[in-house]
Amino acid sequence: MKTGSMALLVRPLATAILIIGVAGCGEPIKHNVGVYMLLDTSGTYTDEIGKAQQIINYTLSRLNPGDSFAIARIDTASFSEKDIVAKVTFDDRPSAANGQKRQFQEAVNDFVSSVEPAGYTDISGGLLQALEYLNEKDPGRKTIFIFSDLKEDLQAGYVRDFPMTFTDVDVVAMNVTKLRSDNVDPREYLDRLTDWQNRVEHAGGHWRVINDLDRLESLLPG
Amino acid sequence: METLLMLTDSPWLSALIWIVLLMTALYFGRSSAQRAIMSLARLVRGLLRLAARGIGNTRDALAARNREVLLAQGREAKERLVSREFERITATVDRDLARWPETQRLLSETIQRIDEDHQNATDVPPEVPGWSRAVDAVARVSAKADPTVRHVLEAIHGSLAKAEARSLAAYRQASKKRHQLLSRMRPAWQTIQSTLRRADRAISSILERSRSIDRHMEEYEEIVRGSDHAVQALSTSALVQFGIATLVMLIAVGGAVINFTLIARPMSEMVGGTSYVGSFQTADIAALVIILVEMSMGLFLMESLRITRLFPVISALPERTRLTMVWVSLGLLTTLAGVEAGLAYLREVLLQDELATASALRGMDASLLDADTMWITTAAQMGMGFVLPFALTFVAIPLESFIQTFRHVVGLLVMGLLNLVLISLRLLGNAVWQSGQVLLHVYDLMIFAPLWLEGVFRRRRERAALRRQARTEASAEGPGEGPEQTSESATVTFRYGENPA
Repeated sequence: MKTGSMALLVRPLATAILIIGVAGCGEPIKHNVGVYMLLDTSGTYTDEIGKAQQIINYTLSRLNPGDSFAIARIDTASFSEKDIVAKVTFDDRPSAANGQKRQFQEAVNDFVSSVEPAGYTDISGGLLQALEYLNEKDPGRKTIFIFSDLKEDLQAGYVRDFPMTFTDVDVVAMNVTKLRSDNVDPREYLDRLTDWQNRVEHAGGHWRVINDLDRLESLLPG
Repeated sequence: METLLMLTDSPWLSALIWIVLLMTALYFGRSSAQRAIMSLARLVRGLLRLAARGIGNTRDALAARNREVLLAQGREAKERLVSREFERITATVDRDLARWPETQRLLSETIQRIDEDHQNATDVPPEVPGWSRAVDAVARVSAKADPTVRHVLEAIHGSLAKAEARSLAAYRQASKKRHQLLSRMRPAWQTIQSTLRRADRAISSILERSRSIDRHMEEYEEIVRGSDHAVQALSTSALVQFGIATLVMLIAVGGAVINFTLIARPMSEMVGGTSYVGSFQTADIAALVIILVEMSMGLFLMESLRITRLFPVISALPERTRLTMVWVSLGLLTTLAGVEAGLAYLREVLLQDELATASALRGMDASLLDADTMWITTAAQMGMGFVLPFALTFVAIPLESFIQTFRHVVGLLVMGLLNLVLISLRLLGNAVWQSGQVLLHVYDLMIFAPLWLEGVFRRRRERAALRRQARTEASAEGPGEGPEQTSESATVTFRYGENPA
């Protein structure tokens, strides 16, 4: 009788342990998110930086403990750690992560208030730096935000026409403004978007364009 | 394929030829085809009937087993009830009637005392001496003028008056004593009255319990006999119990979900928000485990208190061990409730922190958040965190009813399902048989032309045969009026042959 009752207690417990054990022994699934945001600071686009702040704050509010977030500027030579304005990997504990978010926001505010326009626009260099950062962090989901008009303007001597690997990386171009020349010939704008899309998608990435900044719900997965 | 089917240039003619050929083939294969169709229908119907019979047997076995289990459960429940009633009677007897000899002695003593007091109270008080007339006579003596006589008389009168006063005092003293005795009897009467009332209450309780036991025993006997009425009553009771237990457990699940919401968020502060087991957050699993442990503790508490009997091994424990288990499970439950209250507080702190961060990110002033009323939600959450584990403890009671009645309800459902399958199989069997019959008629309809021709030829053969028979009979009877008569009768027969219906 006693043995039977013990078996009644032990069997479900053992089953639960076995299920949890089997579930835990498989390939670990990464649930964290890595976001790298490139801010175009070239020429008149610097005026748009206020909108970028809105996106940064929204992104901060959506990120969870364990996620990584970095912001870098696009200037003459963007393939450099020096261009990273702020970066953070949020702590496991939600309270500590909240503190980190507030510090991050302060760093961004400081940058916005002191940003100077750059002479050239090295978007490809910034993307390379973003890929390097995200590959190093190796999150479950990699996302690159490009806050730019996507008009690349390289200084003479800078080589950027080589293939990059965007495997499983979401690249989101935001606030892609139209230039004066685009208004003269809209095909330039469309060709610019198509070129970047082809470049990303041929390298295994996913390309999206969000120009309506009031609808940021689809920016990051829930 | 089309060229193969086209026997002539005209498609209509080809179709007609094919129809004729098909009809001829079907006509010649008619009897074999009919036998095959009927054999197949019979076979399928037989198989379906066999399956139905098998399912019927299974259903009957299940019903019998269900009945046995139901009766066993009912018997056990009644035994428990009767046992509980006996325990109550024992408690009543222990409390009120175990001291009956003592009570009886008390009553006897009290009655004896009352009797004695009554005896004492009935004693005659000392009478006033009968000197009053002498005193009066002395007082009425006429020679009062004589000082000697007057002096003597006055002395006698004074002595008599004193004696009278003493007698009155003695009388009053005796009366007072009697009244004292009578008033001493009052509490004794009250004692007797309350003792008798207590005894009456105990006896009434015992009588009531005994009536209850009688009723339970009648039902128990009926269950032991296995009567249909008992089974029906137990079944209805089980269904009602199952419904109520399910409802209460659904409410408890709601409580558990609220409890989970209260502690899941702060759990991530303790075990980290990035750890996962499979696709589930470790914090969520930890919160769930805490709730499950609380429910287990509640279950053990109820078992140890003998309110539920899910684990016979616990109720069979020695009294001391059982009481230890009560205190241990209650202690653990209280500790866990305290932990939950702490987590609920932490949840509120985290929420406020997140709100402040969100406000800062939106560019709002975090100090604008209403901090004056925050303590209300914090206190409410802490209160819920502490109370809910104890409230969930009582889930053990509906859980016991649910488990006990679940088997019967599932048995009834399976029986209903088997009944449905059985009826379906029987219907299907009959449908197959009837379909076979219909198929025969359809077959005949497809070859209606050869059948019609066959009918025509058969009737002609029959007519010829009748004529031959008539002629044979006429020649056997000899010449005369016979042939005419025979011919008439043959005509009549022919008419009947033509319209057999």
